[in-house]
Amino acid sequence: MSQPSASHSSRLDPEPVARRDFLGLASLAAAAAAMLFALIGMLRLPRAAVLSSPSKKFRVALPESLTPGQAFVPPGRSVALFRDAEGVYAISTICTHLGCLVKSTSEGFECPCHGSRFAPDGTVTKGPAPLPLAWHKVMVSGETWVVDEEVTVPPGTKEKL
Amino acid sequence: MTAHLPEPSALRVFLGNLRSAPRQIWRAAFRGGRPTTDRSRSLFIFNSVFLHVHAVRTHRWSLRWTTTMGLGIAATAAFLITLVTGVLLMFYYKPYPDVAYDSIKDIHFIVPTGRFIRNIHRWAANVMVVTVLLHMARTFYTAAYRRPREFNWLVGLGLLVVTLGLSFTGYLLPWDQLAYWAITIGANIAQSPREVTDAMGITEHFDPGGFQRQLLLGSDVVGEESLIRFYLLHVMILPLMLVGLLAVHFWRIRKDGGITRPADADARLGPPPPDTYPVFTEEPAKTYHLAAIVRGRTPAVGRGPENTVPSMPHLLYAELGVVMVTVFVCLGLAILSNAPLKELANPSVPENPAKAPWYFLGLQELVSFSAFMGGTGIPAIVLIGLGLIPFLDREERGTGAWFGGPGGWSLVWRSALVGLTVCVAVEACAIRFGWLREWFPHIPQLVITCVNPGTVLVVLYSAYSLWLVRRYNSARAGAIGLFTCAVCGFIVLTVIGTHFRGPNWSFYWSPSQWPMH
Repeated sequence: MSQPSASHSSRLDPEPVARRDFLGLASLAAAAAAMLFALIGMLRLPRAAVLSSPSKKFRVALPESLTPGQAFVPPGRSVALFRDAEGVYAISTICTHLGCLVKSTSEGFECPCHGSRFAPDGTVTKGPAPLPLAWHKVMVSGETWVVDEEVTVPPGTKEKL
Repeated sequence: MTAHLPEPSALRVFLGNLRSAPRQIWRAAFRGGRPTTDRSRSLFIFNSVFLHVHAVRTHRWSLRWTTTMGLGIAATAAFLITLVTGVLLMFYYKPYPDVAYDSIKDIHFIVPTGRFIRNIHRWAANVMVVTVLLHMARTFYTAAYRRPREFNWLVGLGLLVVTLGLSFTGYLLPWDQLAYWAITIGANIAQSPREVTDAMGITEHFDPGGFQRQLLLGSDVVGEESLIRFYLLHVMILPLMLVGLLAVHFWRIRKDGGITRPADADARLGPPPPDTYPVFTEEPAKTYHLAAIVRGRTPAVGRGPENTVPSMPHLLYAELGVVMVTVFVCLGLAILSNAPLKELANPSVPENPAKAPWYFLGLQELVSFSAFMGGTGIPAIVLIGLGLIPFLDREERGTGAWFGGPGGWSLVWRSALVGLTVCVAVEACAIRFGWLREWFPHIPQLVITCVNPGTVLVVLYSAYSLWLVRRYNSARAGAIGLFTCAVCGFIVLTVIGTHFRGPNWSFYWSPSQWPMH
């Protein structure tokens, strides 16, 4: 030590950090850290590891009378199924703008909420929708079809019987 | 003499005490006595836990009808009405899909006074939104946000956001078609940052929009998890936040020296009218100073209690009057008009048109051009802009006076004219000629996100405001211009969204022209 240690510390000659101060600061920091971790733990709670969403994969039989260009929307599902010479394909009816369900019309699709219009292949022709309607995976399964709303395929992908 | 009187028996004392017990209980609870002197009027205020947020004396300027128009008190009263009626509704409401709708129907058709209570709740919520907005406009136009009240302006903005949040979360609870589709849209607005991340192709790595939506809904779809979350927000989290912010808001009013008044308020008021309680009935013998412990300039330093009157009765009676008017308005509206209840929510048939509550229809109009800008970008710009006002306008001219500052009233109505014209013109152009997507079908989405009627409005209004700052050489003039324009834009967009938008969000001159479906 270069400096001789004082026999007693005074206000004019304090230690750099008194032991008492150090312990006080350390306990404050420990309390803050504990609260921070508790907060992080609480913030994790609202996000469940598994979401309570219904299954996105479903099996469907297409009506015989379905003509090319005519949409078949299975009850309770937000996907429109089409059949033409090239095969069967599924286009999501969830508007890419704010999630309303689009209606299939002769010119394609139209959204009731904010007036977005889509061509029959799902590309945006009018309105605020930022993206084309998604195409979903269709798989043949005997006489019926299995649609997976969770899997998006490139537009134009059709499943042959 | 007294020594010769016989000691009263313990039984007589007991009976006497029993007889006087009600009076003694009353006195123990209300120790100040009847508020008939300056002293007891002060005691009336500061002995009460509920009243002591008031100062014991109030400046006469604060009591003028035109100073505040009682809007803050009216908003608080409306909140208290929603609180009471909301608790009553919780007796029957069940936050679970389908059951929720049935319980609202029960409240509507079976529960005694249930429909009336629900109507009051709904109308008080509307009154609260209106009075909060008007209160903000009053604070702005009297330049009451200036130092030392900057922070309270920010707290007020927080209260505005929480108020709108309460309205929005309450909207889902009936679980009818109106609610379901408004919440679907609302939740997707929370997801709208995806419009930008998708356009930049980084959604896979950075998806704040999806995170927000999932946090709000607790699921990928609007379902039981979402209903519980909205319920929890509506009856617990947001009310607690509101009460906390309100406490700070009120406390700050006291600490910032009460209601803002102009520097020459005393001169303009003149001598008090003879029917007010005199300024001092008894000359104070002593004053106490906090000088030893409080440093810096506080609002009370260097000022005596001149031109103040006892808060009891002057302020308290005025407040009671405002509360009564608010209750009267809510009851009247609740008698005249029923809260809507549409058919049960049907996730496979969207409401057409699906409209949010009226105060969100301006936003919905903006959202119909770009989800991100209308739902997130422009609201954020407006809130940040409002929050910055007291820190950019550091002037002193016109504080506390209506339309104070350079330009005055004429600047306000000229700005209103500009704001209305510009907004109507931009909207008319978008309605008549469409927008970029119709003209250039393959235009990148980012261009539309950045250039749409909403952002064009923001840019035009800001440019006008900057021009005013230069012209009048005053930030206050620019603020008046921008605030007035924003108010006009809000009104025009709300009217268009409410009245002129029909099925498919198409333009109709009147709802009677809507096609049947």
